[in-house]
Amino acid sequence: MFSRIQSPWFSNIRADLLAGLVVALALIPESIAFSVIAKVDPQVCLFASVIIAVTIAFVGGRPAMISASTGAIALLVGNLVVEHGLAYLLAASMLTGIIQLFLGMVNVASVMRFVSASVMTGFVNALAILYMITQLQELLLAGSMGAWVTFPLVAGGLAIIYLFPLLTKAVPSPLIAIVVISLIANFFEMDVRRVKDLGILPTGLPTLDFENWKLLPLTLDTLWIILPVSLSFSIVGLLESLMTAQILDELTDTTSDKNKEARGQGIANIASSLFGGIAGCAMIGQSVINVKSGGRGRLSTLTSGLVLLALLLTMNTQVGNIPMAALVAVMIMVSIGTFNWATFKNLKIQPKMTSIVMLATVATVVGTHNLAIGVGVGVLLSGIFFAHKVSQVIGITSALSGETRIYTVHGQIFFASADNFIAAFDFKEVLSKVVIDVSHAHFWDLTSVGALDKVVLKYRREGAEVEILGMNEATATIVSKLGTHDKPGALDRMHEH
Amino acid sequence: MSTILACTDGSLYAPSIYQHASWAASQLDLPVHILHVIERVDVPTTHDFSGNLGFHANDELLEELTKLDESHAKVARLRGKAILEDAAKLIGSNVKTTQRHGALVYTVLEFEEDAALVVLGKRGEHSDFSKGHLGSNLERVVRSAKIPVLVVAREFKPLERFLIAFDGGPSSLKAVHYLATQPLLKESECHLLTIAKPGTEQARALESATTALRGAGYSVTSELISGDPDELISAKVKDAKIDLLVMGAYGHSRIREFILGSTTTALIRTCHVPILLFR
Repeated sequence: MFSRIQSPWFSNIRADLLAGLVVALALIPESIAFSVIAKVDPQVCLFASVIIAVTIAFVGGRPAMISASTGAIALLVGNLVVEHGLAYLLAASMLTGIIQLFLGMVNVASVMRFVSASVMTGFVNALAILYMITQLQELLLAGSMGAWVTFPLVAGGLAIIYLFPLLTKAVPSPLIAIVVISLIANFFEMDVRRVKDLGILPTGLPTLDFENWKLLPLTLDTLWIILPVSLSFSIVGLLESLMTAQILDELTDTTSDKNKEARGQGIANIASSLFGGIAGCAMIGQSVINVKSGGRGRLSTLTSGLVLLALLLTMNTQVGNIPMAALVAVMIMVSIGTFNWATFKNLKIQPKMTSIVMLATVATVVGTHNLAIGVGVGVLLSGIFFAHKVSQVIGITSALSGETRIYTVHGQIFFASADNFIAAFDFKEVLSKVVIDVSHAHFWDLTSVGALDKVVLKYRREGAEVEILGMNEATATIVSKLGTHDKPGALDRMHEH
Repeated sequence: MSTILACTDGSLYAPSIYQHASWAASQLDLPVHILHVIERVDVPTTHDFSGNLGFHANDELLEELTKLDESHAKVARLRGKAILEDAAKLIGSNVKTTQRHGALVYTVLEFEEDAALVVLGKRGEHSDFSKGHLGSNLERVVRSAKIPVLVVAREFKPLERFLIAFDGGPSSLKAVHYLATQPLLKESECHLLTIAKPGTEQARALESATTALRGAGYSVTSELISGDPDELISAKVKDAKIDLLVMGAYGHSRIREFILGSTTTALIRTCHVPILLFR
């Protein structure tokens, strides 16, 4: 009994505790920055991060993955809170949890295979770009209020974040950056925007939030308002979480149960909504930092949540005094770390269609601020491009013997290649008989069967007799599933086609 | 074809494992399959608490972690190869060696289908003799195995007398059935011990087991005493100079084991003879 509990929790105690500590320090600025994006009080995102991190430590499927309130989800909130109120956001978060829990039970992880690598790259690039845009907006806002000193503070913060590790790697540089910027701003009594100007900060332990929930009208209208938000939360949340899980699988060379993770995300989001928090998902940046700092087990995730809570409660005023400039610096760092910089090199060497899918995803996301729509567009394009490529895999040869022509068809015949198929036959040739051998072809859908029918009818109307060979083999693919990996010899048969 | 699956990690118990495996192979007329599992030991990473993400953070980290694992894994592989070569030499003929990555428990399950018996050491490389703890893998392998598991101590002695700690439970019955049908211990003297009061169901089960084993051709001495199983069984092993203990493993409920301790674990620890376990 205890040996099962042992390895994901107790096999790496010291490193997990330290890594969790490092992660928690960066979770504060991120959660606060995301609360700006979602237009809610910092308390909403901070409590969400605590609850989600603690819950996922127990119910998640991928140890060492950090889940909290995230920018990806915050970006989808839009004007929900501004127009309708916090209660609607909480309801949407709970509905998100329920949807994700359900999806985790119906094997959503297997649907992930339809989201190609280019779409994933487009997803992270778009996320990084949106983070950058929101931080620039914050800077411009500060500038327009006359606080030009914000810019050098941000620059200073970034310098510390990237240059401090050259001195020592024993202390997280984002923490140093925040502390130094805060000290400078306090010492010079600078009039800059600080965290406490954003709204309510946590003052006590998270409690079950009945006040806000009571304000929610339980009507169908409410459902129509929150349902689209919840659906996009769920999709984006699962996408980022399952993708991050995959990245962690690679980094740690271990496997994880993606459906268990999906269910865990659902449970964590439901829990968060009950405590007055927004929905969240896994964080790519913080998870990578966690592994980099030595975290491997669930204890690291739990530690990050608990340390975050401890810091919020004990250093409440100090957290309130942090200048927004310091948070902007941390967010820019996250944005830089999230963007896939290899993209620029890859654009030159990868096939055009791959790049188009990635660029289309990025463009759609940046245009709509909705990662779910962007991924949808990306997946659609991937599918169409794939169908196009496969439709080119078709070959029709023919041989004449007397007044009979024998056409031999090779390749994949489906909706995208049906016209090519029909165009390969010479209907103007005068023949007494036509033999069409489709035993080496694959017919994938009814369009292809219809195309074959058309060909037959045309020849008959020109007075030629038509014979079809190998129809059974060709149409086997319409009804059966090709699982060649477990049928001996089937792979060779596949190559013949 | 069935084999004797001998699991080794090159520890002090290894020579004993090979000798027992050879003995079982000749008794059952089966080949020996030596298995060495390279378990992943998590290498502590660089103490990089800088907590920031650079331009190619993910790729750089992956490369770094791969390099760390690579060098350790190469060493582990070569060491494993050396262990298997020694093992093959000691056993001699009719032996196959395999190295696998992963966890011992799951790998044993993988190879179990083609095996008739698993041979395992009481402890391995990483264990602490002084504290008397058993190997970390032992309980899990025994619990999940569907075939008999022979847990060996450091010494190999000819197995002339064996004792079946019989409690009438399903694993005990399995043990009796196995011995009655397999030639593993046919030349040895059979002792049966049941810890129970006379007239109980277990006493009756003891009688039928005795009859069954006599019918199979063993010379059987059976005894029924009451008292503390752990103590009485180890005492009997010492007094009657028993060379091999046979028993059903982990028969009690988890709760009982948690509160009172497992009889199986206690006996494996205290007895200095090999133990043949059935599930």
